[in-house]
Amino acid sequence: MTLTTRSAAELATALQQGETTSVECTTAFLDRIEATNPTINAFLSIDRDGALAKAASVDAARAQGKSLGPLAGLPVAVKDVLCTTDQKTTCASKMLKTFEPPYDADVVRRLREADAVILGKTNMDEFAMGGSNENSAYGLVRNPWDTDRAPGGSSGGSAAAVAADMAPLAIGSDTGGSIRQPAGLCGITGLKPTYGRVSRRGLIAFSSSLDQIGPMARSAKECAMLLQTIAGHDSGDSTSINTPVPDYLTDLEKPLQGLRIGRVAAHFSEGLDPEVAEHVEQTFATYEAAGATIHEVELPHAAYGVPTYYLIAPSEASSNLARYDGAHYGHRWDGTPSDDQGINTFDSPLVEMYCRSRAEGFGPEVKRRIMLGTYALSAGYYDAYYAKALRVRRLIRNDFTQAFEKVDLIGGPVSATPAFKLGEKTDDPIAMYLVDLYTVGANLAGIGGISFPCGFTQSKLPIGFQLQGPALSEPLLLQAAHQYQQTTDWHLQRTTAISS
Amino acid sequence: MTAESKHPFTTVIGLEVHVQLQTQTKLFCGCVTTFGSPPNTQVCPTCLGLPGSLPVMNRRAFDLSLRAALALNCKIASFTKWDRKNYFYPDLPKGYQISQFDLPFSYEGYLEVVDTKGAFEPRTVRIIRVHLEEDAGKSMHDETAGTADSRIDLNRTGTPLCEIVTEPDLRSPEEARAWLNELKLLLVYLGVSDCNMQEGSLRVDANVNLHIPQPDGRLAKTPIVEIKNMNSFRSVERALVYETERQWGEWQDTGAEIGSMPKQTRGWDDSAGVTRGQRHKEESSDYRYFPEPDLVPVTVSEEQVAAVRSTMGEPPALLRKTLAERWDIPAYDADVLVNQGPELVEYFEDLAKKVGEGKVASNWMQQDVLRMLNERGGHIADFPVQPTAVADIIGRVKKGDFDTGRGKEIFAAVLETGKPVDEVVAGMGIAAVDEDDLQKLCEELIAENPKIVADVKGGKEQAAGGLIGQAKRKNPNVNPGKVRALALELIRALP
Repeated sequence: MTLTTRSAAELATALQQGETTSVECTTAFLDRIEATNPTINAFLSIDRDGALAKAASVDAARAQGKSLGPLAGLPVAVKDVLCTTDQKTTCASKMLKTFEPPYDADVVRRLREADAVILGKTNMDEFAMGGSNENSAYGLVRNPWDTDRAPGGSSGGSAAAVAADMAPLAIGSDTGGSIRQPAGLCGITGLKPTYGRVSRRGLIAFSSSLDQIGPMARSAKECAMLLQTIAGHDSGDSTSINTPVPDYLTDLEKPLQGLRIGRVAAHFSEGLDPEVAEHVEQTFATYEAAGATIHEVELPHAAYGVPTYYLIAPSEASSNLARYDGAHYGHRWDGTPSDDQGINTFDSPLVEMYCRSRAEGFGPEVKRRIMLGTYALSAGYYDAYYAKALRVRRLIRNDFTQAFEKVDLIGGPVSATPAFKLGEKTDDPIAMYLVDLYTVGANLAGIGGISFPCGFTQSKLPIGFQLQGPALSEPLLLQAAHQYQQTTDWHLQRTTAISS
Repeated sequence: MTAESKHPFTTVIGLEVHVQLQTQTKLFCGCVTTFGSPPNTQVCPTCLGLPGSLPVMNRRAFDLSLRAALALNCKIASFTKWDRKNYFYPDLPKGYQISQFDLPFSYEGYLEVVDTKGAFEPRTVRIIRVHLEEDAGKSMHDETAGTADSRIDLNRTGTPLCEIVTEPDLRSPEEARAWLNELKLLLVYLGVSDCNMQEGSLRVDANVNLHIPQPDGRLAKTPIVEIKNMNSFRSVERALVYETERQWGEWQDTGAEIGSMPKQTRGWDDSAGVTRGQRHKEESSDYRYFPEPDLVPVTVSEEQVAAVRSTMGEPPALLRKTLAERWDIPAYDADVLVNQGPELVEYFEDLAKKVGEGKVASNWMQQDVLRMLNERGGHIADFPVQPTAVADIIGRVKKGDFDTGRGKEIFAAVLETGKPVDEVVAGMGIAAVDEDDLQKLCEELIAENPKIVADVKGGKEQAAGGLIGQAKRKNPNVNPGKVRALALELIRALP
């Protein structure tokens, strides 16, 4: 059995038992990346030397019987939105093409301390803005199940890397569904933790009140392993939750007897692909068979989720991305006279430098969102847009609070359709924004959500199922997904659409 | 002279004061805030605004600002939050400043200023709000080198800054200056800020307009002008005097009233002594304030307020009263002493304790210590003569070893030579030069200085001063006053 087709859990065991070494294992994944990346483009940078050096040091330590971290020797792919001292961090933007952070993100620090081997940085939508991974300044990512289709986004590179066996574990970030949606479209498992459970320090901000880092892997159990390492309080992030991190593996094997799962009728209204609907309903049936009960619940304001999200996220983004002005770091206009951007009069040379640097450094979707957000925060529009969005956000949060009085978790589709064709939605921003329909609620409410495969279409495209749970319900979310994966094998299926 | 006595209008002034808090570290990161370090050496990812960096509030800064707000009699909000003020400028590396917009941590206070010489009526100035924010960096525009390059120093970026906004309650430039002095004194006493305007730790903007009663009983108001770029309290006063006159002139020329144009910002040019209009564009910014999502709101309990209050110490207004009572000194004396700052008051109290008599100590403080301090420049903390030495001299005067005049000379000598009082007294032979010796000395001097004698006899008594230096050279222990008196007497007695 090739090493790259094994799951992280299997690899961990093999490493512990001396069946393989981290160098061997890391080499296998690096070779797989080398062979596959020209097709999939899941990685923006590959750190062969750094990864092998770490692997060798872990092997040496293991040989000497030294104590090792919980992810010792396991390869991990990290989304290029997290700062790393030893690799460029670009956010898939021309703006940060040469940016070398002087610090590691807290999550990267934790990965290193857990003795994980970081393979490289994964592709994404520029500044995590997008749902198809077509917005990368360094080329789109292809879905390993059908390379003419999008992997979803914005963590499309991380999802595709796991789906294509380029990495057994990956780190993603989720602002409106950016872990769960690509996980669903790529047939892997991805968890968006409760807001504040994982430190955002060193995560290049898109929308600070919505961003959350989470694990992506083949199974819930491996997500639990990875979450165990990256979760925890960080005094350097004021929004970090200061409660102890539970053992996410403890409850995994417990049966689901008595679990109450909510079903939202509105999820099944028009727009939901029939094949997706069928598998999602089938998943509810599987849960019932496993001892859970299904209850109808309502999320009355869910329909306002996407518009609310597309006011709050761009508003925060317009401010978070103001720092990329060419003055201190990042892309700066080289002074070449140009009228390409359609504007030719500027108040001062400084303003011209700002405008041209930003015009050149940002891609169209980032510009669109900066403009949306700037507009929504402007004098005279703030109350009608941003302030109203904050009020609706509270209503959406209350919807979840009330629903969770009746049920433990809420189930449903991750996306309305399976992976769509590349280019299919690029000219229709609204259609693209609607890919977040089922996922933005968890971000707006700050709660947890997990996405995992629950079947395939006739044409062999993965279909995802989402469970959402109250704040800090990660143990239950992981347990419910794991129990499902004990009775199904969707998560074990490997793509044959790419050859290496 | 205040403007209102010359002209038929009331000058209406409100102030906006920015004060850097005296913290070891910045508001949202651990960088130190020492002034004057080499550019860009006190920076980290957070204050540089690097991607992925996050702010964490410095509780010490928050408590210091609470202290300032309490001293300004402000109400303290139990819940306060941070907002982002968005604008582009190279010395603002994040592209936004973390500030407080609609829920400042304190509001509705006041600070009274009283002029002991009665130059104006006691004035209570209401404070609209006090809020906390981070400072920006410094831009240095090189206009002389012939290049278009500007240099940026981000050492100051993120330094905690308290913004104090007053109601337009001040009625003259002089009052404004006096009130600023009182504010500065208060903040220095409380250890909130060193209020050093040269180093930029206190900055003032002023809003001013004129209220002009009309024959029909209506009150005409000139457009409000905000004055910036004033770098001393004296500049504030001068700028306001200038602006008052300018607005009066403009009113007479145009009759323009408030509301007829957008609020104008004018910069003070200290060397030219004029205010100049700034470009309209610079004023019409939309800062797109919104709640800072990287920070959590701050709650302040009654207990926290009480804890801050209990460690606050006496504000100057109260200290003036207690000092006057405790040492039985006139209000004027207490005012002079307190206005010099906490270290000087400490010096005075130490001296008064040792002397056991407040008024005597106060006189010595004002006539000798303060005078010398002003002559020498510098700060009381660096003054070389300690209260023990001054008390020693005063004690000897009281004992009758020598008179007050002589005591002052000893004080001056101690200050000059840095020698202990005993040594100075011995060196000066204060033990007393006996009357016969003095008589002999003066006779010698008169014999040796016929020119001086002739001058004095010719009516120029001050010429006798020339004898004193010579007398001191012959016998350093002589009392110059006595030499002068005796020499004059002897000269007059000459035929």
